[in-house]
Amino acid sequence: MADLNIDLAGIKSPNPFWLASAPPTNSGYQVQRAFEAGWGGVVWKTLGDPIINVSSRFAAVSFNGQRVAGFNNIELITDRPLEVNLKEIYETKKRFPNHAIIASLMVEPKQEKWHEIVKKVEAVGVDGLELNFGCPHGMAERGMGSASGQVPELVEKQTYWAKEAAKTPVIVKLTPNITDITVTAEAAVRGGADAISMINTINSLAGVDLDTWNTIPHVGGKGAHGGYCGPAVKPIALNMVAECARNPRINVPISGIGGISNWKDAVEFMLMGATGVQICTAAMHHGFRIVEDMIEGLNNYLDEKGIPDLSGIIGKSVSKYSDWGNLDLNYQVVARINTETCINCNKCHIACEDTSHQCIDMLKDGDGNAYLKVREEDCVGCNLCSIVCPVDGAIDMVEVPSGHAPMTWNQRQSALGVLEKPKADVAK
Amino acid sequence: MTAVETKRISLKDISLNFEEVEKGLTNREALEESSRCLYCYDAPCIKACPTGIDIPGFIKRIASGNLFGSAKTIMSSNPVGASCSRVCPTEELCEGACVLNHSTKPIMIGNLQRYATDWAIENNRLLFNKTVSNGKKAAVVGSGPAGLSAARELALCGYDVTIYEAAAHAGGLNTYGIVSFRLPQRISFWEVNQVKSLGVEIKTNTKVGADISAAELLSKYDAVVLAAGMASVPNLGIEGEDLEGVYDAIEFVKNTKTKPLTDEFKGKKVAVIGAGNTAIDGATCSVRLGASNVKILYRRTIDEMTAYDFEYEFAKQDGVEFRWLTAPKRIIGKDGKVSGIECVQMELGPEGEDGRKRPVPIEGSEFILEVDAVIKAIGQKRHKGLIEEFGLEEVGGVVVVNSETYQTSNEKVFSCGDIIFGKGFGEAMVVTAAQQGKLAAHAIHRELSKKTASI
Repeated sequence: MADLNIDLAGIKSPNPFWLASAPPTNSGYQVQRAFEAGWGGVVWKTLGDPIINVSSRFAAVSFNGQRVAGFNNIELITDRPLEVNLKEIYETKKRFPNHAIIASLMVEPKQEKWHEIVKKVEAVGVDGLELNFGCPHGMAERGMGSASGQVPELVEKQTYWAKEAAKTPVIVKLTPNITDITVTAEAAVRGGADAISMINTINSLAGVDLDTWNTIPHVGGKGAHGGYCGPAVKPIALNMVAECARNPRINVPISGIGGISNWKDAVEFMLMGATGVQICTAAMHHGFRIVEDMIEGLNNYLDEKGIPDLSGIIGKSVSKYSDWGNLDLNYQVVARINTETCINCNKCHIACEDTSHQCIDMLKDGDGNAYLKVREEDCVGCNLCSIVCPVDGAIDMVEVPSGHAPMTWNQRQSALGVLEKPKADVAK
Repeated sequence: MTAVETKRISLKDISLNFEEVEKGLTNREALEESSRCLYCYDAPCIKACPTGIDIPGFIKRIASGNLFGSAKTIMSSNPVGASCSRVCPTEELCEGACVLNHSTKPIMIGNLQRYATDWAIENNRLLFNKTVSNGKKAAVVGSGPAGLSAARELALCGYDVTIYEAAAHAGGLNTYGIVSFRLPQRISFWEVNQVKSLGVEIKTNTKVGADISAAELLSKYDAVVLAAGMASVPNLGIEGEDLEGVYDAIEFVKNTKTKPLTDEFKGKKVAVIGAGNTAIDGATCSVRLGASNVKILYRRTIDEMTAYDFEYEFAKQDGVEFRWLTAPKRIIGKDGKVSGIECVQMELGPEGEDGRKRPVPIEGSEFILEVDAVIKAIGQKRHKGLIEEFGLEEVGGVVVVNSETYQTSNEKVFSCGDIIFGKGFGEAMVVTAAQQGKLAAHAIHRELSKKTASI
């Protein structure tokens, strides 16, 4: 039985699975149900001046009949009075003292506003604070959420203000709606953040109805951009976590968020540098009980690998993530088709023929049976055939010797520089 | 209605028993199933379909919600594609060839085809537009799958097409010969209307050889397609065949599709002679008309039976009994009505000319079964008279054709469908008939275009 406890910048929780600040953490009732179900922590739905929400607010993107491949919302922060939320936080914390409750906060970019709310929530016993600099809709139009989060100076300044008053750890939640997330992450660190969390939702329009021509979702025939999340955003979130994790100037723990639907996703985020993860869409899709499999799956994974606790995986893949210029140009793989396993759907052939390097031939054997073969000398090892292949084990990507010593682009350029220099000398 | 309910035979309301047994896919099911299709390149399912429907293409169109395009893809390759989605032995054809047989489960191609064509039927869509006339005329004798298919293709090529149909309605086998609970008449009628909408004239109740002569057709039209199918079931050649209660299986099925359903079979015992698909139809119709016991008597064994496996399974589900190696010797009557059938037990002897083991009676093994009705389903007769009327070369009642062009000994006459179906040539399937009709039409067009070009 592996130890699943985490300590994220001083915030302790019995497992790394937190519910992200969102509709599932809107009330004491929900959070208590979540803790009963096994969640290790919650980030309470963003507190601030209660707002008025619209109807409807959610939309799902489906793919090939798969519901909720992506998810989109135009809901805002809490619509309940601060006093009610604080009372419920207090009661919940009393009932579940060992679970983490983090208050998500959003106020106007004013020092006194931050001081005021930080003091109020810490008074009811939260374990930490998460500054919401990410919400892309509604609040942003009032200068809050991602409107603040897109301006590094504002991130730094507001983090600083929050830290001035805070006694508990401060996590800064970042928006992905920005060119380079490390810039705002660094700003948060300069402001004194104890940790960062990412990503908040991505600006999105879930769809357009082909019959009514309304946006999806729409509010009485009008739509606005919402925040995108769910399985579809995972690669984007993972990249942002990785970029921050490998940046030496961002030396604070990361809480990973974005499309995490199961324990495997969580392990990926943790390998790539997240100390813990936050989950929302998967819980909205299936209910709180999904955490059972997350905990069990993670535990079994660690046990099978003989890893006693999560420190054995956190950040272990960060050093493998680098820049294109550091990749070995002489590393070579080629596709090899296992004719025993191949079912002859020919998807690899047509993918290669139409859109890659035309190196998979459709042939017939002596008995007239069709089979496929890769001309390895022409294969660039792009992976497309193995990606489109519907059968496990039918196409292997096999490493082949290139006959050259490893060399990266950066090495090549500096070597060329050395070679070219004498030339210049000769010219003199 | 749930699947369990549909399986139960109602004795109160027989008409319920003749409603389509298999329910169509729901929208959700169709979406999920169509999303499962791999969209193979050079797909084996296409090759396994006698009409070469672009199956991955029509399935992809279902997945994307392009149902008009899907139905059109199906029907352009197969003018009776809606019927075929219900009656094709898909596990032997498209679904049998599906590459997913090797990894998971084959795609339900038949059901998806039905889903797309049902959409077109329910939404009353015309899938094809009338073409500009090319000034040539073609006659088609018979409006079954082969004739309809030929007429449709000819019409699309610009021919003025007239179909001559002896029956009251067009559609042939699909209209009259396939049990309603598998293929309701409205499906066949929709396919007929798709062809009609291209300007094809269908003269029903018009028998070639009686109402119009072959010579007249040959003189009035540039080409003739002979697609008259098969005739009635031959006699058993035993005593008692003219008793009341002896039926021709073809007629028997036809009656369930064209006349008010009779309740005279309720509680009766029925013997069906033969074990082909028509025999199964006769047997299952009897069950659904309320018969208390239905036996199929076959003089060979299950291994020689020509009925499809799924038909056999279906009959067993309906409670039909199978008596192998059993041949009828005479039908026994009482007051002019069937009261029993005397059978003899058979055993398989050496192989006959057709390569099948010949059944031989076991002497002294005669026994009598008490029955109230006997349904004959031992094959079908040929339209010999019609073939003679056209003066075509034939072998054993089967018109001789060029296997690629379907041209007969008369260069103006092309023939397709069951009328050219013989041992060792083609298969007696709706889908092959449709393909032959298409190919015959294309051959005519090639031939006549050549002639025009040479003038």
